Amino acid sequence: MSAAPALATGPLRIALVGSPNTGKTTLFNALTGSAARVGNYPGVTVERREGALVRARRDVRILDLPGTYCLEGETPDERVVADVLAGRIAGESIPDALLVVADATTLQRGLGLVREALKRGLPTMLVVTMIDEVKARGGKLDLLRLSRVLGVHVVGVVGHRGVGLDQLRSFLESPESWPQRAKLPPADDATQRFAWVDQTCQEIAAGALAPDSRTDRIDRVLLHPFAGVAIFALVMILLFQSIFSWAVPAMDAIDGAFGALAALSHEWLPEGWVTDLVADGIIAGVGSVLIFLPQILILFTFLHFLTDVGYMARAAFVVDRVMGWVGLQGRSFVPLLSCYACAVPGIMAARTIASPRERLATILVAPFMTCSARLPVYTLLIAAFVPATPLLGPIGVQGLTMFALYLLGALTALGSAALLNSTLLRGTVSVFYMELPPYRVPTLRLLARQVWGSASAFVKRAGTIILAASIVLWVLLNFPKAAEDPSLTAEAQAQANLRASAAARLGHAIEPVIAPLGFDWKIGVGIVASLAAREVIVATLAQIYAVGDPEDFGGLRDAIVNDVNPATGERLFTLPTALSLLVFFVFALQCTSTIVVMARETGSWKWPALAFTYMLGLAYVGSLTTYHVSRALLS
Amino acid sequence: MSTPLISLPPDRPARLCAPEPGREIPRRLQDLGFVPGTPLVIRRRAPLGDPVEIEIRGYRLCLRLAQLDTLHVEPLDGNGATPPRGTR
Repeated sequence: MSAAPALATGPLRIALVGSPNTGKTTLFNALTGSAARVGNYPGVTVERREGALVRARRDVRILDLPGTYCLEGETPDERVVADVLAGRIAGESIPDALLVVADATTLQRGLGLVREALKRGLPTMLVVTMIDEVKARGGKLDLLRLSRVLGVHVVGVVGHRGVGLDQLRSFLESPESWPQRAKLPPADDATQRFAWVDQTCQEIAAGALAPDSRTDRIDRVLLHPFAGVAIFALVMILLFQSIFSWAVPAMDAIDGAFGALAALSHEWLPEGWVTDLVADGIIAGVGSVLIFLPQILILFTFLHFLTDVGYMARAAFVVDRVMGWVGLQGRSFVPLLSCYACAVPGIMAARTIASPRERLATILVAPFMTCSARLPVYTLLIAAFVPATPLLGPIGVQGLTMFALYLLGALTALGSAALLNSTLLRGTVSVFYMELPPYRVPTLRLLARQVWGSASAFVKRAGTIILAASIVLWVLLNFPKAAEDPSLTAEAQAQANLRASAAARLGHAIEPVIAPLGFDWKIGVGIVASLAAREVIVATLAQIYAVGDPEDFGGLRDAIVNDVNPATGERLFTLPTALSLLVFFVFALQCTSTIVVMARETGSWKWPALAFTYMLGLAYVGSLTTYHVSRALLS
Repeated sequence: MSTPLISLPPDRPARLCAPEPGREIPRRLQDLGFVPGTPLVIRRRAPLGDPVEIEIRGYRLCLRLAQLDTLHVEPLDGNGATPPRGTR
């Protein structure tokens, strides 16, 4: 036993180290009271984060690190661990102590990392998670004996139920008093390391667990060559249909509330530009995006549930072959799938991919995946122009159209990856390995917390980017005004004002470029505005129609359906125009945050510039084709 | 008698052998617990034939067929004691 090294003054920093999917983040959340994202999928945490230990008598900071199989990292997220432990992060010292996290069901592997950690010579203790699952599978685990054999503190916990946390907390307050075993010799290879692991397991008599029969039974169906693929497709189609059928009542309620709020503010506030800004700018703009909250909630509930239950890893297993054809791998699949929520975390999750080539390809095609910001645009246009004809049971034409758009995005991502693979990013396929975690039932509380975490990010965007864009747009749509003409009706005067506005001039200026796609100047303004964030187009159109017809603006959907060209008397928005606009949104990279994170993750502005140009080109050609083909078919 | 892991049928327990002379098990696989002497079972192939799901050290891992070429195994009988005769 060596003496404990002197601990630095100031807050005590303890790092959580463990293999992927051992429950580090669940433990981190329980210890610090945070709500960081967790999932039953290896590689959810890709960055380090710090939180203060709650209910502690001294200032203890817990560092949550990405999961790693060894302490000399290979992948970018594993290098984070190596850098933190070596004190290579600027402005941060080496952590004061290590809390190694091992999953009780996979101790035979997890102890390998304990061995690595013990070589560091830092105060170290072990926390064994998911001890309830060992019992459920007929095994037994003598933690006292393990502690004696290892010569360090060992605590067993069930993170999400809070079992064992009080004891762990009191240990974490005083790493100075942890027993320290002699520093293990640093030079050894994996064979020696696992010989030590096997010997340790024998000494504590931890026999093999009974196979997880529940997981076996479920996998026999979900990974069945035919049934598995069919179920995957069915789950996805149901998801998109449910977005339509279940969300409608809540959406109507929110829509009604914002409409009433706008009407009330016109009524109560004195007439003038401030009232107009509040009612037609802020309330119409922000409200038009916020009504999609119910759908976002349904989408996130599905995605988080599938991840937590352990299904996402299976999906990656099923599609790895397909990913291999285009030069990606199963590990690219989940970053791409998280892009269904938002491309920003998806692009960051690509850090779990070891090969730089495959990682770059994954990042570049990620924005093609249908993120939740596209959802408001898709829903608006589909609900307005695609008939709600039921097809089979709960599945209808609208849901299928939505599914087709998601599929188009995903297929384009794969096709683009294949293109990159045969042009800019040639090379050989790297090592692919991924754990298939046991199926686990997530607790309702955890699920609710995660869904709320994701949904509140959407609400925050509505309160920041969308709010700012709404105000800027309102100014552009209202100034300069046309000369007052007393001979005009109020509605005609409003239309004249709209035509004279800066936004309309901008829209008319770009109209020649977008007219071949079936778009008029209003959509043009929307597209320009949506370069900041996709859903801004919905806020923009809502404002344009609210400004143009302030008296009876009865909701955006009715407004675009009924909008007619005053010159010809024909409807402005037709099915071909709607389809063309949908396709444009499938392809175009209209998201400032994605561009910024892409530059950060690739270390260069060259790649986002390439992605933006490529995607815009594809969007233009795609929309042009869609518009003309669908017009020819429908006439 | 050692046989390439790739030719091991599903659900047949086996033990990992030392690699052929001059070859090495990739470092990453070693970190995951693939060291000579470790028991393992192939659970299944993915619906499209690749990758395979391997159970080793109490967890399940998927690997592509192309990565199995350094891995050789010795099939075990049901209780994992002695290798059966005449395996391949």
